[in-house]
Amino acid sequence: MGDTFYTLQDFYTHTKGVTYILIIVALIGIALFWSFLSQKDDEKKM
Amino acid sequence: MSDKVTTADKTLFTPFNVIAGFIIIIGTVITILRFTGGLAAVTNLSDNNPWGLWIGFDLLVGVALAAGGYVTSAAVYLFGMKKYHSAVRPAVLTGFLGYALVVFALHYDVGRPWRLPYPFIVQSGTTSLLFEVGACVALYLTVLFLEFTPAPLEWLGLKKVRELAVKLTLLLTIFGVVLSTLHQSSLGALFLIAPSKLHPLWYSPYLPVYFFVSSIIAGLSMVIFESTLSHHYFADKMDEAHLSENEGVTLGFAKAASFVLAGYFIIKIIGISFSDNWYLLGTSYGIWFLVELLGFVALPSFLYAVGVRDKNLKLIKWTSLLAVLGIILNRLNVSLVAFNWQLPSSERYFPHWMEIAISLFIVTVGIVVFRFIVTRMPIFYAHPDYKDSH
Repeated sequence: MGDTFYTLQDFYTHTKGVTYILIIVALIGIALFWSFLSQKDDEKKM
Repeated sequence: MSDKVTTADKTLFTPFNVIAGFIIIIGTVITILRFTGGLAAVTNLSDNNPWGLWIGFDLLVGVALAAGGYVTSAAVYLFGMKKYHSAVRPAVLTGFLGYALVVFALHYDVGRPWRLPYPFIVQSGTTSLLFEVGACVALYLTVLFLEFTPAPLEWLGLKKVRELAVKLTLLLTIFGVVLSTLHQSSLGALFLIAPSKLHPLWYSPYLPVYFFVSSIIAGLSMVIFESTLSHHYFADKMDEAHLSENEGVTLGFAKAASFVLAGYFIIKIIGISFSDNWYLLGTSYGIWFLVELLGFVALPSFLYAVGVRDKNLKLIKWTSLLAVLGIILNRLNVSLVAFNWQLPSSERYFPHWMEIAISLFIVTVGIVVFRFIVTRMPIFYAHPDYKDSH
């Protein structure tokens, strides 16, 4: 635990901040992964 | 004449029969010891470690790997993916045997197994997770039995009863999905009661979600893995439809497994972030956690994706083994390796060799019964009398 948190609010502000950024990255990542997964299927359909 | 030659050529002493017979004899002897001498005679279980290998492997892994039944029947009957129809019967059979063996294994693990039906009669409240797991497993085993019945009924030639059983398919599938969603997640939720005992990297308020999502991966991968083995050993029992649909089943299930694995990887990372456990990744437990997460979640997800893109069935089949091993590793990590992690090594649990032997015995019984059924009943082929009814 690198950072010291003095209140529960500090802790949640920090962890939720990091988590929200990760969720945005994950949403973009999973969309890209889906296109990687289906790329050849889509090419075949076209 | 040729039949006579074939019968005469058949010997009971095949390598499989000899090994399986040996394991079953050892298992029977240990079973006698277990039920005459009690748990202490054959296990290393203690008050600190009341749940050992029989819960970690036989129950948690058994239930997860039996998820193929509800995953496949939901895909075919609820989502209308009829192209996977040939995979339903083997998957339901695997699921049914998996759950039957879980209940069988519980008789060894529970101190007084004759009290297994007690939750339905004498119990301390319907809010108990263990009650929910018990009720779901009992009900779902019944559902799987009913879902499986058309095959033995066709084999026995009981047409009218078989028709009734087939009519129940949709209802049973819905029950199956509901019950599986409930108890697959509740098995993870059981560990929520022990936040101080389970290592923080594995403990998470999302444990029920992890267990449920990973059960879908287990189900999909197990269908691919089981079909690979079946094609190797029982190809002669398969009809044209089964053989021709196999490639589509493998590719479709691999694509789904790849995507669900990617989602599972994401929610595991979010779990670390939510609890701010990043600093633990540098510890020895952290490295083991990363081995599980990268080697048995991220890697199979990527390999499945490459296999699907390149239509590389061999890669997909090997990846299904990796994914199945990943599920086994995860359940053993949660229930054994990361459980009681703070205790000194002298107090830690390591299974007695007889516990391992009983687990091996139960898996062997499962394989023997599976082989008995698929060599007799219409599992990999449509029964000639009912070809048009599928």
